[in-house]
Amino acid sequence: MSATTTSDRVLMEGSEALARAAIAAGCRFFAGYPMTPFTEVLEHLARLLPEVGGVCINAESELEAVGMAWGALATGARAATGSTGQGLSLMQESFSELTLAELPLVIFNMARGQQDYFQATRGGGHGDYRHIVLAPQDVREGVEHVQLAFHLADKWRNPVLIYGDYLLAHTQEAISIETVAFPELPKKDWAVDGSLSGSGRSRGVTSLGVSKVGEPAMGQEGKAQYIATKIPLMEREVRVEQGYCDDAETVVVAFGSPAKFVKYAIAQLREAGHRIGYVRPITLWPFPYAAVAAAAGGPNVRRVGSFELSAGQLVEDVRIGVGGQAPVTFIGGVSTDHSGFGVGRILDVELIADRILALHEDRELPLIPGYEQYSYQIQEHQK
Amino acid sequence: MSIIDTSSAPTVPARKVEALKPDLLLTQEHHMCPGCGEPLAVRQFLETIEELGVATRTIAVAGIGCYTSFSGSMDVDLVQALHGRAPSVATGVKRMLPDSLVFTLQGDGDMVNEGLQEVLHTAARGEKVTCILLNNGVFGETGGHMTATSVIGQRTKNSLDGRDAEYHGYPILIGDLIAQLQGASYVARGSVHNAGSVARTRKMFKRAFESQLRGEGFTFVEVLTMCPTGWFVPTADGPTYMQETLGEVHIMGELKAEGRVRTTEELHAENVAKQRELDEQIARGGIEK
Repeated sequence: MSATTTSDRVLMEGSEALARAAIAAGCRFFAGYPMTPFTEVLEHLARLLPEVGGVCINAESELEAVGMAWGALATGARAATGSTGQGLSLMQESFSELTLAELPLVIFNMARGQQDYFQATRGGGHGDYRHIVLAPQDVREGVEHVQLAFHLADKWRNPVLIYGDYLLAHTQEAISIETVAFPELPKKDWAVDGSLSGSGRSRGVTSLGVSKVGEPAMGQEGKAQYIATKIPLMEREVRVEQGYCDDAETVVVAFGSPAKFVKYAIAQLREAGHRIGYVRPITLWPFPYAAVAAAAGGPNVRRVGSFELSAGQLVEDVRIGVGGQAPVTFIGGVSTDHSGFGVGRILDVELIADRILALHEDRELPLIPGYEQYSYQIQEHQK
Repeated sequence: MSIIDTSSAPTVPARKVEALKPDLLLTQEHHMCPGCGEPLAVRQFLETIEELGVATRTIAVAGIGCYTSFSGSMDVDLVQALHGRAPSVATGVKRMLPDSLVFTLQGDGDMVNEGLQEVLHTAARGEKVTCILLNNGVFGETGGHMTATSVIGQRTKNSLDGRDAEYHGYPILIGDLIAQLQGASYVARGSVHNAGSVARTRKMFKRAFESQLRGEGFTFVEVLTMCPTGWFVPTADGPTYMQETLGEVHIMGELKAEGRVRTTEELHAENVAKQRELDEQIARGGIEK
């Protein structure tokens, strides 16, 4: 990837930057349903897309939003939808089925925290499918990832999901929307435009493995096998960042906005002489298992921690990556604000540094202030 | 002039009966049961598209039901949608290709059960697409189960003693709902149970497609189709059974045309009045030409 044009940097909300990046990538159709903290992405696209001849529909439901994007994609247009993890739950049937139809959907997930890691990486829909998941750590990287997402979606004819959050959507940063250049991709000769109707060679965009009469058909089983064999090939899109791992005794894995906090905390701990390193998966799927394995296999590594704003989802992939080379500890926790939309108390550098240091020094993890009052207590009949 | 003009060679060569299929069908073969009304309806809209000369800008969006097997034999660019979701998919197609003719092909289970919200909102938005409903009042593909359009008294596999309003609720007259929406420009309900109804339905398709092409708004054609398998009646009884059950509730006619909305109840009243007039003429000694 290389930046081809540079405009002046302006102070811009993350949502607007993502919307402008989508348009820079050639997105011309968007449909969505408002939901905090995703709403502003929809607002900006509703304003900006018509200016470039595109369409943005305020859909009646998440189910219809993804259906509309499906239709636009079938015509060969670059199209996207989005929501929060909650809204994406409603779209799961379409997500799995349009993956089988090989439609290059881009999904903006401005999630309420990191509790939708499983949803993003495993999916809630039926069948065998995988989506490439990009997890930008800040707005600048988000602008790059949005453009990368449209490229990868077309490259593999497979959906790509941007895993963002309240911070990504609502932080203002001084940025410029730089157009990223990618290698040219094949023409979409599979897309429908009606021109071949009546020619005996009309096209069909379908997930069902059927074909037009007289043409070989994969069948449902063949289609499933075809998609299954594409999945390992997409794994080459794995992206990861790591730091201070060479001599690290403790390695911490984190992704998205919280990873930026973790990196800052670790830089401070390094200055104080603690040998701690980090691995930041940039793609959540494909997960950088090899990088995690290599970091955990470092000569001095004694322990690995997973910091994430959930009850422990990323940690399962970390364990697979570490492969028993070192003990893996979950050092994050559920963290949203009281509304459930925003950023919770754990996203605090001091608190994060405390937890990382406790892990590093093999001490018990410090309690998160205010957490005890909500802790589930076992009932008499459950003992 | 005699009945057959023999003064010159016919302009259109005679075609063998077995070759009689729309040009937009890749094969005459289909996977429908004997007595099914769906192939009749499919033929009517495909031939209408040919007649209008818009095949090379036609895109179909198929729902999920028995008729889905026509997605492989209809020679039109096609997008397969999920059950119930065809109207939103059609919306995306049409918004990206506004000069195309876009239609959905859905059944009553697909459109009125699973996707009721989709079709209503698409109509309300005035999307310039045509939604085609093949309504047989039953889930044919699963083997004869009750749908939202099954009529009171109709026996299905999950209403064995007949649809009971108290227990199962009432059928939805989907055309009436759509006709009330400002975004809809043409709404009609046809049938394929006899030659006359087929001819009327053909005109409805033409009016709907023409309205779409003029960009007037959302257009909707419902076609009552026989499903003797799903109704558990002998094949040959399909048309009669349909007339006496679905046909008595989902009345044929134009529910919205040229800005005028007529309810199914009004269509029924008109039919009764027409019938009374006919009866009176017959009683007076025959119908005057």
